[in-house]
Amino acid sequence: MEATKLLDPRKVRQDVAELAAAQSAEHLLEVRGLKCGYGKKNPVEIVHGVDFTVDKGQFVCIIGSNGCGKTTTLKAVMGLLPAMDGQVLISGQDVHRMNEKEKARHFAYIPQAHTPPFPFSVADVVMMGRTPYVNKLARVTKRDRVVAGKALDLLGIRHLAKEEYTNLSGGQRQLVLIARALAQESDMLIMDEPTAALDFGNQHLVLSCMKTLSKLGKAVVMVTHDPDHALFCADRVIVMGKGHVIKEGTAEECITTDVLEQIYGATAKVVDVEVEPGRVERVVVPLQ
Amino acid sequence: MAKVEDNSTSKESLLAAGAALAAAQDQGETADALLDAGDAEEYDDAAALNDTSLSPAKKAFIAVAVVAMFFISFMLGKYSMTPLEVCSVALGFIPKWLGYFAAAFPDPAAMMQVISLDVPMDTPERVLFKIRLPRILVVMLVGAALAIAGASYQGMFKNPLTSPDLLGASTGASFGACLALLLSLGGEYVQLFAFIGGMVAVGLAVWLNKMVDYDPTLGLVLAGILVSTLFQSGMSLIKLVADADDKLPSITFWLMGSFASINWADFLMCLLPMVFGFVLLISQSWKLNVLSFGDEEARSMGVNTRWTRLFVIFASTLVTSISVAVAGVVGWIGLVIPHLARAIVGPNYKVLLPTSMFVGAAYLLIVDNMARLLASVEIPIGILTAILGVPFFVFIFRRNMKGWS
Repeated sequence: MEATKLLDPRKVRQDVAELAAAQSAEHLLEVRGLKCGYGKKNPVEIVHGVDFTVDKGQFVCIIGSNGCGKTTTLKAVMGLLPAMDGQVLISGQDVHRMNEKEKARHFAYIPQAHTPPFPFSVADVVMMGRTPYVNKLARVTKRDRVVAGKALDLLGIRHLAKEEYTNLSGGQRQLVLIARALAQESDMLIMDEPTAALDFGNQHLVLSCMKTLSKLGKAVVMVTHDPDHALFCADRVIVMGKGHVIKEGTAEECITTDVLEQIYGATAKVVDVEVEPGRVERVVVPLQ
Repeated sequence: MAKVEDNSTSKESLLAAGAALAAAQDQGETADALLDAGDAEEYDDAAALNDTSLSPAKKAFIAVAVVAMFFISFMLGKYSMTPLEVCSVALGFIPKWLGYFAAAFPDPAAMMQVISLDVPMDTPERVLFKIRLPRILVVMLVGAALAIAGASYQGMFKNPLTSPDLLGASTGASFGACLALLLSLGGEYVQLFAFIGGMVAVGLAVWLNKMVDYDPTLGLVLAGILVSTLFQSGMSLIKLVADADDKLPSITFWLMGSFASINWADFLMCLLPMVFGFVLLISQSWKLNVLSFGDEEARSMGVNTRWTRLFVIFASTLVTSISVAVAGVVGWIGLVIPHLARAIVGPNYKVLLPTSMFVGAAYLLIVDNMARLLASVEIPIGILTAILGVPFFVFIFRRNMKGWS
C-alpha cells in the first residue's frame, strides 16, 4: 500500500516539481499582484494588486493608515482570505492551494494578547501550536512535547507552564503566544499590531524578542501603526496606502517626513538622536 | 489562586525572556535549529512539556460518584429496596435469566423473547430489570449527551452561557413532538418527529447562516435565535388548535420532560446514535480547544474551522435531538454541567468532554431520583432541572468567573 503510493508516477512527478519549485524560489515569500477583499456575493476589493518579497531572517514591517488594506493583505498572505487575483508563494508553493494544516506549517500568526473564554494553562496554549502536526486522533507525540518545551525555554518562560493563561499579565501572555507560534515550527511569524494593548515596557520587550528571533533566522512580517516600531526593528518597510504599496525599502528610506505626511496626513519630524556616545537612533516626533 | 500579575514576578519573568533570547543569540544557532527536536526520543522528560492531565484522585472521585449514583438509584422509588435486597434480587435473577437463555438457545424467536425480558418474573425482579434499569441507563445517556453537547457548544461559540439548544435543536424537537401529539400518532412517532424536528431546525439555522454570509459564529447564533422563534410560534399555533381536554395537557406534560415511561426499547433506540455522537465529539476535542480562541486564530493554527464546526454541530444536534425525543425537554443540564466539570478538571477539552459526560450522567440521575421521590406524583424532570439549575449556576459562576470578561 505504502510502496505503491510512493512509487505512483504522478505523485513522484508532483514531488519533483515541488522540490524544484522550492529550490528555484529566490525568496521565502513572494507576493505577486495580490488583489483581495471581502464578501462572496458582492466582493469589495480592498487591496488592488501588491507585490513584495520576504527573505529568511528578514523583519518586514507594513505601515499605513487605518483602512489602507494592511490587515487584509496579511490575511490573504496567510491564506485566511482568498486572493481575488495574483499569487502568494511560500518557498515556491502557492499558499492558496494548500489546506489549513499546510498553511499553518508555513505561517504562524501571533495575535494581540487576548483573553480566551476559558482559563487554559500556559502548557495547553503552547501545545495548541502543535495543531498542524498532530494526527486525526490528536495524539501528542514526544516530539510535540519537546518542541513545545523548547519554545518555552527559548523565550525563558518555562516557569509559567503550569500557570493559567488568563491569570498572566499582558506582556507574559504575549510571550506565551509567541512561544505558541514558535511551537508551530513555521517559516514565518506574522503579527498584526501585536503591541497595541501593551504598556511601554512590554511593547519594547515584545519587539526586541521578535527582533532577536528574526536575527536567529525567523522571517517576521508585522503590521504596525507606530513608525517608531518600524524604525526600531524593521529590516525592510512596506508603506501601504489605499490598497497599493506606495513605497518599499529600508526603514530609513521609508519613514520620512514626506511619507508620514502622505499616509497619515500628519506633520512630524524624523530626527536622529544620539542616545549614547557613538549610538544614534532615529525617532519620529509629531508636530502640531 | 494568586494572581501572577504581581508586578515583581511579572518583571522577573519578562527579564528572563530577554535573557534567554540573548543567550540563544550568543550560541550562534538559528531559531529553527534551537527548536528542532529531531528524533525526540533522545530527550529526557524534563525537556518536554508535560500535558496537564487529570490527577488519579479526581478520576477516582468522578468514577465513584457515577457508580455510586447508579447503584443508589436502584434502591429508590415507590417500591423501595434496601441495598441487600437489590443485591439479592439481582444476583438471584441473573443466573435465572441465563438459564432461560440457555434453554431458549438456538431458537432465535425464543432468544429474542428472553432478551426482551418476556420471562416469568416476580415483582422485585420486574421493578429492577424492567422498570429501573432501562430508566437509569437512559437517564445517564441523556445526562451525558446534554452535558457533552453543551460543553462543545460553549467552546465553539466562545461563550460560557451557551447550551445545546442554542441553534434550535430543542425547540425544533419540541415542535416535532407537538405535531405528532396533535396528529394523535403513537409514542414511537412522537420520538421520530421530535428527532427529525431537531435536526431540521438546526439544519435550517446552518443554511440561514450560509445564506446571510456573516461572521461565522455570531451568524450561527443569530440564525439559531430566528429558527427557535419560528418553531416556538409553530408550537404556540399547535397548542392553540389542540383539543384542550385531551391533547393540550399531553403536549404540556411532554414539554416538561419525563423519564417515567422509559423502557428497554427506548434505551436500545438511543444507544447507538448517542455513542456515535459521543465518539464524534470526543474526536474533535483538540480542535475544540483551538476553536475557543476564535475562528481566525484556529485557522492560522491549521484547523479547518468550517468542517470542525459542521462536525460538532451535527454530533451535538444528534445527541440533543435524541435526548429530547426520548425524554422531552430537560433544560439546564447542558448549561450547568460543563461549568461544574470545568471547575473540577479545567478547560482542556481532552479531559473536559469525558468528565462532562460522567458528571452529567450522575447529576441527572440525582435529579431523576428526586423527581421520583419528592411527591406522590412524579414531578416532570424539566421543572426540577430548572429549579436546581439556577442556584447551582449562580454558585459555579461566582467561583469560575475569571477569564470570561
